Amino acid sequence: MALISLTNVSKTYPPAERGGERVIAIDDVTLDIEKGDVYGIIGYSGAGKSTLVRLINALERTTSGAIRIDGRDMTALPERDVRRIRLGIGMIFQQFNLFNSKTVFNNIAYPLRVAGADKKTIASRVDELLSFVGLTDKARNYPEQLSGGQKQRVGIARALAASPSILLADEATSALDPETTSEVLALLKRVNTEFGITIVVITHEMDVIQTLATKVAVMDAGRIVERGDVFEVFSNPQQASSKRFVSTVVQGVPSRDEVLTLRQRHRGRIVTFSFRDGDVSQSVVFAELARANVGFEIVYGGINDIQGQVFGHLTLALSGAATNQEEALTNIRSHITVTEAGL
Amino acid sequence: MNELIDLLPKLWQATFETLYIVGLSLLFGGVGGLVLGLGLYVTRRGNLYQNRVVFGVLNVLVNVFRPIPFIIFLAAAQPLARAVLGVGIGNNAIIFTLSLAATFGVSRIVEQNLLTVQPGVIEAARSVGAGRLRIVSTIVVPEALGPLILGYTFIFVALVDMSAVAGYIGGGGLGNFAIQYGYRQFNPAVTWAAVLIIIIIVQLVQFLGNWLARKALRR
Repeated sequence: MALISLTNVSKTYPPAERGGERVIAIDDVTLDIEKGDVYGIIGYSGAGKSTLVRLINALERTTSGAIRIDGRDMTALPERDVRRIRLGIGMIFQQFNLFNSKTVFNNIAYPLRVAGADKKTIASRVDELLSFVGLTDKARNYPEQLSGGQKQRVGIARALAASPSILLADEATSALDPETTSEVLALLKRVNTEFGITIVVITHEMDVIQTLATKVAVMDAGRIVERGDVFEVFSNPQQASSKRFVSTVVQGVPSRDEVLTLRQRHRGRIVTFSFRDGDVSQSVVFAELARANVGFEIVYGGINDIQGQVFGHLTLALSGAATNQEEALTNIRSHITVTEAGL
Repeated sequence: MNELIDLLPKLWQATFETLYIVGLSLLFGGVGGLVLGLGLYVTRRGNLYQNRVVFGVLNVLVNVFRPIPFIIFLAAAQPLARAVLGVGIGNNAIIFTLSLAATFGVSRIVEQNLLTVQPGVIEAARSVGAGRLRIVSTIVVPEALGPLILGYTFIFVALVDMSAVAGYIGGGGLGNFAIQYGYRQFNPAVTWAAVLIIIIIVQLVQFLGNWLARKALRR
């Protein structure tokens, strides 16, 4: 049985103004997250990602449907029981949300105090966590004396204090610079591998998915439109909305506007080759072009690496006799997907 | 000037009375205002104990009583003071009425300062399973402590101001002293002596408040 299991979950908010429409934030979502997964939930802002993750720890209550954590239905439980389950679900935030009136030590100790731990247990657990996140020397500092990356590491330590089995990360690196982002991601990776904690990570950043997630769900307008292995979803998105999202984070097939710009510089045929790990290698494809005596220039695209698997899209402007081009493309189509840029 | 020297014992007495009236009013009104302000804060829409009816009632209550000029409130609330204390005049009656008025004033200041606490911080406390009462006492109030101290300092100064009319219902203090021995006896030096002491009290309390707030905010 899945550790986190959402069944036909919906969440609507009352209309903002009298007589307005009810706002549907989450629309009939069913999702299973297995123990040990790092599950990415991606999508544009406003797609409902943040609401979805808050339904998991019942910070927001569902309008309908069931959410089971380790088999227990959160939606059927009174607040008192929900609070106990929340101790087993850590959460970190985009803006860190540290308690500014408390020291780093007391921030991390807070969940333990809520859990009713004694002084000695608290002191040793906080020390353990401080050394895990590499902030042993900052125990007596206050949050405003820390950098963004340090703040998030305190956030992670606080979220892990009560030894949860699940960690929810709500855009946890979106307020950090690229270098700090990779530090925090590396730390989250260790949280998953060293403690076996299941992580649900909400993001709109490719980096996060690339380095961390094992599975991914794409959200659009409150629904999950596509889900699966990260590599599958990113290298070959099926739904229009996931294609649109993937194309914003992965440089892939040029958009209409970009084709128009390319057309101004290149008169000939413009085609996009899509490569995926396991398909044929690039050299075979380029050899076909050379054999048919077709000249080319790479005008758009890129190659991506998702946890060791490679995929990418390269757009080429072709030159040479039309019949030769046709012959080469026919051969290439038998190896990989070729997309023709419209005129 | 000679009159002032003769009046010095009375001046110290009045100073003591002002401190007594204001101190106790700040204590009672401060606690009452904290409770009422917390009530306004937690029942507000989207907050921990959101409740439209309770918020509406508290909100109207505060809005009705807060704008009444204190000297009128003092007269209007006299029957209530008499019912509660058994006496409608003197220092204790003024402390009673002043505490009541301060409760409404403080409640708004408390509410406003608590509203500056970031909702995300409260969400973080909820996410680790903290209960609502625990969140209010261990997160919301400590997070707003600096501005709250400044708010209470502001209220102290306002209470010194309001307490000056105590003489109207037979109370004492520096306000009464200045009117009785300064203004009515055509002796500006006496009036100014009272003013000077009020300035000194207000300055000292303001310094103390600023210092405490700085400590709470660590800057």
